[in-house]
Amino acid sequence: MNRQTLFEKIWDSHVVHEPRGKPALIYVDLHLIHEVTSPQAFEGLRLSGRSVRRPDLTVATVDHNVPTIDRWFIKDEISRRQVEALKQNADDFGVRFYGIESDRQGIVHVIGPELGLTRPGTVIVCGDSHTSTHGAFGAFALGIGTSEVEHVLATQCLVQKRPKTMEVRVDGALPRGVTAKDVILGIIGSIGVDGAVGHVIEYTGEAIRTLSMEGRMTVCNMSIEAGARAGMIAPDETTIEYLEGREFSPKGQEWEAAVAEWQRLPTDEGARFDKTVVISASELEPYVTWGTNPGMVVPVTGRVPDPKSLESESDRTAAEQALRYMDLTPDIPIQDIAIDRVFIGSCTNARIADLRAAAGIVQGKQVAATVQAMVVPGSTQVKIQAEEEGLDRVFTDAGFEWREAGCSMCLGMNPDVLQPGERCASSSNRNFEGRQGKGGRTHLVSPQMAAAAAIAGHFVDIRDW
Amino acid sequence: MEPFKRLSGIVAPLPRVNVDTDQIIPAQFMKRIERTGYGQFLFNSWRYLPDGSPNPDFVLNRAEYEGASILVSGRNFGSGSSREHAVWALHDYGIRCVITPKFADIFYNNCIQNGVLPVALPEDRVQELIEKAERKPGYRLTVNLENQTIYDSEGFEDAFEIEPFIRERLLRGLDDIAMTLEEEDEIAAFERKRPSWLEPAKS
Repeated sequence: MNRQTLFEKIWDSHVVHEPRGKPALIYVDLHLIHEVTSPQAFEGLRLSGRSVRRPDLTVATVDHNVPTIDRWFIKDEISRRQVEALKQNADDFGVRFYGIESDRQGIVHVIGPELGLTRPGTVIVCGDSHTSTHGAFGAFALGIGTSEVEHVLATQCLVQKRPKTMEVRVDGALPRGVTAKDVILGIIGSIGVDGAVGHVIEYTGEAIRTLSMEGRMTVCNMSIEAGARAGMIAPDETTIEYLEGREFSPKGQEWEAAVAEWQRLPTDEGARFDKTVVISASELEPYVTWGTNPGMVVPVTGRVPDPKSLESESDRTAAEQALRYMDLTPDIPIQDIAIDRVFIGSCTNARIADLRAAAGIVQGKQVAATVQAMVVPGSTQVKIQAEEEGLDRVFTDAGFEWREAGCSMCLGMNPDVLQPGERCASSSNRNFEGRQGKGGRTHLVSPQMAAAAAIAGHFVDIRDW
Repeated sequence: MEPFKRLSGIVAPLPRVNVDTDQIIPAQFMKRIERTGYGQFLFNSWRYLPDGSPNPDFVLNRAEYEGASILVSGRNFGSGSSREHAVWALHDYGIRCVITPKFADIFYNNCIQNGVLPVALPEDRVQELIEKAERKPGYRLTVNLENQTIYDSEGFEDAFEIEPFIRERLLRGLDDIAMTLEEEDEIAAFERKRPSWLEPAKS
């Protein structure tokens, strides 16, 4: 019997054509579009007189540029033009579009799953590296560049070299206070920010299986931060339960047929991966990044490392550069680091489960006087749901700002940015230099850890909360 | 796309690992809807001081490296965001070839789409090139894609690997879309076989 991995099953069922000595042409089931990486692609179609082959498999929304307050009029003219261009392009090419006025608008990687557009066994692309999020459903979901966006619009296919496979198995149950975000930060800290380049990761093991869909999305979301082409988790009852009854999920007999297919997707017993990494869940802790990439991470109980302790010269230099940028000195305890800002949001950690968890931490407490904190729901649907549950009041009573849905302060493309020198505890995915605004200093943490830091004014261990 | 056959040019050294695309072009410069004009924003935060004046220490601001068309940097170059703007910025500035021990996957693909040649060499060879370019500003390399070699006038010579298909595309400056559209029959046949549950349900 030919034993296959989840990835291999999806790949084989999507190869349209694989000429000898050339990369494969694979079919795309869902193409998500946002305003930043698509205008040049639509312009390319216009210039060559091409149309969108499958507008019915293409969905667009605005997220990167949209302000999270006063969103009805975007003051930044260039941003406004980009948002308007997407609406125009969607109209011209017949693509479904969720604009600022839509109650379906939100971060593209939050709305795909919540609308039931994301499904197991499919190939999903978007001009955005965090497309790996959708792999949580057992899809092969990958970020692509704008030229590839144009290619998919025109042909519904992607030219792709078959990636290698890598299993990341997290054995055992997660200790109390260790979240999905800590799982992925721990993995990246262990395999490195280029540890999975050229590979598709499949996350397996008890700690992964027991995660909610939101937790699985957090893990898969940051696969790209380990350099992976994609990350995925086999579909199971949790996946099926999440998808049943969603707006675009299959219905009736179609649903039955789909579920039967999905149940055949998990990796066969004995199938081989090109590489396997095993991590013991019991060794994971709540993490805080100290440097300028997500692999520069230590447990909250730890200290800022001393670059001198690193083996390779390039790593030492990188650590010295990072500490200089972050204005940190070696050996200080992480919990002594005071923060100025807190951001709970992004495609990594702004789903309803994340907001519930963060609200649980802040309930009845007050944000420290030295901290400005905000919560930005990942989608308008998440915002509506959170308000129905009264979470907005929990946050605002504690002194958090409660905003409209969008990418917000994850990437400094809209009015939500750090000022030079400001230090932020952030539930987002990248702590690169200037990522949240020029000169801003980002520490990546779980939404719970960000919430607790907002209250305390510095990092604290939520296991002691 | 302009074909890439052979390039001789000044080498700019960037001795850092994990240079991410947020450094190559920060997000605030991605609001434009055009493909051109990003060169002025290349490495913005390293290239300019907080007051907006050029940072005299940054390699691209030093007169000896002016007109550099080859960039040499540490492993995992182009990591992070998928933004093709990073390659547009490099290309617009005049960079036609990037040399590093290891490329991030999406960045690599974006290079190919824009006629920028990605050359992966072993870590010690890259280090050697970085040191040469730092020691001798204005140092030049020649990259020949036809026979997949890279050399200078002082005896450095190496061969590099590249997928034959990618090499062919770059040499001829081919457009992927036109090639894929020739496979219309296969695409249409594939579409006829797709199960109906894959279509988005009517809401």
